[in-house]
Amino acid sequence: MPKLKIEDLEKIREQVKRTTALREGSGFRAKVNVHMGTCGIAAGARTIMNAFIKELETRDVHDVLLTNSGCAGLCSQEPMVTIEIAGQAPVKYVNLTEKKAQEIFEKHVLGGTIVKEYALGIGSEKTDY
Amino acid sequence: MAEKAKDKTYRLHLMVCAGTGCVSNHSYEIKEALEKEIKKHGLENEVTVVPTGCNGFCERGPILVVQPGNIFYQQLAVKDVPHLVEEHFLKGRLVSKFMYTPPEEKKPVPVLNDIPFFKKQVLIALRNRGLIDPEKIDESIARDGYKALVKALTEMTPDKIITEITLSGLRGRGGAGFPTGLKWQLVRNAASSNGGGKYIVCNGDEGDPGAFMDRSILEADPHAVIEGMVIGAKAIGATAGFVYVRNEYPLAVQRLSIALDQARDYGLLGSDILGTGFDFDIQIKRGAGAFVCGEETALMASIEGRLGEPRPRPPYPAQSGLWGKPTCINNVETWANVPMIINRGAKWYAGIGTETSKGTKVFSLVGKINNTGLVEVPMGISLREIIYDIGGGIPGGKAFKAVQTGGPSGGCIPREKIDLPIDYESLTEAGSMMGSGGMVIMDQDTCMVDIARYFLSFTHEESCGKCTPCREGTKAMLDILTRITAGKGTEEDIGLLQDLALSIKDSALCGLGKTAPNPVLTTLRYFRDEYEAHIRTKKCPAHVCRQLNIYTINPETCVKVGRGCDVCRRNCASDAITGQKNEAHVIDRAKCIKCGVCFDVCNFGAVKVD
Repeated sequence: MPKLKIEDLEKIREQVKRTTALREGSGFRAKVNVHMGTCGIAAGARTIMNAFIKELETRDVHDVLLTNSGCAGLCSQEPMVTIEIAGQAPVKYVNLTEKKAQEIFEKHVLGGTIVKEYALGIGSEKTDY
Repeated sequence: MAEKAKDKTYRLHLMVCAGTGCVSNHSYEIKEALEKEIKKHGLENEVTVVPTGCNGFCERGPILVVQPGNIFYQQLAVKDVPHLVEEHFLKGRLVSKFMYTPPEEKKPVPVLNDIPFFKKQVLIALRNRGLIDPEKIDESIARDGYKALVKALTEMTPDKIITEITLSGLRGRGGAGFPTGLKWQLVRNAASSNGGGKYIVCNGDEGDPGAFMDRSILEADPHAVIEGMVIGAKAIGATAGFVYVRNEYPLAVQRLSIALDQARDYGLLGSDILGTGFDFDIQIKRGAGAFVCGEETALMASIEGRLGEPRPRPPYPAQSGLWGKPTCINNVETWANVPMIINRGAKWYAGIGTETSKGTKVFSLVGKINNTGLVEVPMGISLREIIYDIGGGIPGGKAFKAVQTGGPSGGCIPREKIDLPIDYESLTEAGSMMGSGGMVIMDQDTCMVDIARYFLSFTHEESCGKCTPCREGTKAMLDILTRITAGKGTEEDIGLLQDLALSIKDSALCGLGKTAPNPVLTTLRYFRDEYEAHIRTKKCPAHVCRQLNIYTINPETCVKVGRGCDVCRRNCASDAITGQKNEAHVIDRAKCIKCGVCFDVCNFGAVKVD
């Protein structure tokens, strides 16, 4: 391996920090919560989860926390996600597909505009993160 | 592959403790089981498992911390893994049965930071605890590893580095508390004879019974130590360094070797470090486990390949150390503090702690304490806070009796001094010392004479034999203590012990001998009544010294409660117990060898000890 210069060291730091920062649990601007109860998984929540992981990776986004939780109580409308932008009320999206998930990520998570046609409602439970 | 790992985004990082304590509790098997189960559920692109250094809460190992969220799972077994993976990592439901519940509470505490054990801790030397894989230099770099090195090599002169360390107030964490900045200045100023050259040494010869701070730091964050040493080398003008670590620490040696190789590959060690023109490299020297080799002159002799025996000082290592060259020796924890001081500044560091003792100290908390483990606390914290708030108090609701700090060189601090603030001066004043940070908690069932005898047997065993006061003096003290614990002590013994202790303290060659009498002196000072009981009434108040115990069976309890269960008779090794089922049993004192088995096996409290 070629010896590092100071700039190289900084580069490694920045690069690795992006993937390890979530261990320190702060600095997240938004939270994407995929509901992964048995109902959610049966309805395809895993595909939705993978779609979000892919979005984070390809767009190199590191300030969004991707997490999962159990059944949200509306099993007939799974797969569902809850999007929480820091300082705003959480939004629940229902009946998702991979495509819808991508659209929600781009418009709501990154763009800040709620995709009303897929949304169930605004408000409801709030979580700390 | 390393490149790929750098870019890969996972939604969950499972931080599995891979410190020696958890490893011996099968944490590597748990790691494998987790990986297998994760794969089974097709989660391998979402969830990653990261082995880390010691988490600190060793009592509760094996430990798994889930990030993000800082969810603390404890005492895991391989059989728990499938449930945990399916529930939490697949379905997102936290599994409360694997969480920690503090003794006085009913509900488990899911988040690590909310657990009392972790709440009062301040992490400087252990800053990367549970956050990095110690075998991956990149993860250390991501946590600002080698950032201070860049600063020291490019923006600071050696004098500026030394000034910063001096102003920080950092003192040697090996025990004696010599000001680190001053030591560096002395080595820097020392003229190097015959051809120049100076050395840096990291003392990792941790030998105190019950102490494991240095081992944990080397295992958990070897790059912190390496970085500190390179900064020190720049400050004093050294070109070579040694880490002296005992061979009984295989994991520490292994992780340090990996770290050194990685640092060398990256050009953070070797010639022309980071293209700045500075040259420095580090070798590992493995010690064979002689306690005396923790003493700096013996340690240097051992590195040179000679017998590990101390020599008189002066000359101090700063003037004439390894191969006669000026040498700067600091302890593992001291080196691990250095990068943080350079990064965040002397003022920040000096803002933590007390007037004379700055920063934090790592302690290994062992003995009769609920939360055994590794803790880092600000200087000035009270013993009470460490024992009760962090340590969770004494098991079984028993009374706290004393705390032994500083290992065999330290002393026992009694309950009356529980509000003592922890710093170098107050511990010394109490007759003990900071030491490297071992903290052994004792409860009401501990005999202080027996403890003194134990420590003396340790120092006697470990005495290198070079100087008479230590070689013969520790033997003489041990003989007296053994005599007292066997009920054969006389009134003169206390005075004799005191005289011996004081003269050994004054005349021994090195730190080992000079401090060996401390356990005797402090127990005499605070627990003289226990010595007197052993000598005058031939009784051991804690019933530890079995030769002084008299065992009897209460006939009423034996028959009415135990129905003459006969267990004691069947277990008696010397056939000293007679009696039949449903009848009261009796011990024949002439035959009794005082092994105490009857006391231990009686389920009805019928056997009494006096």
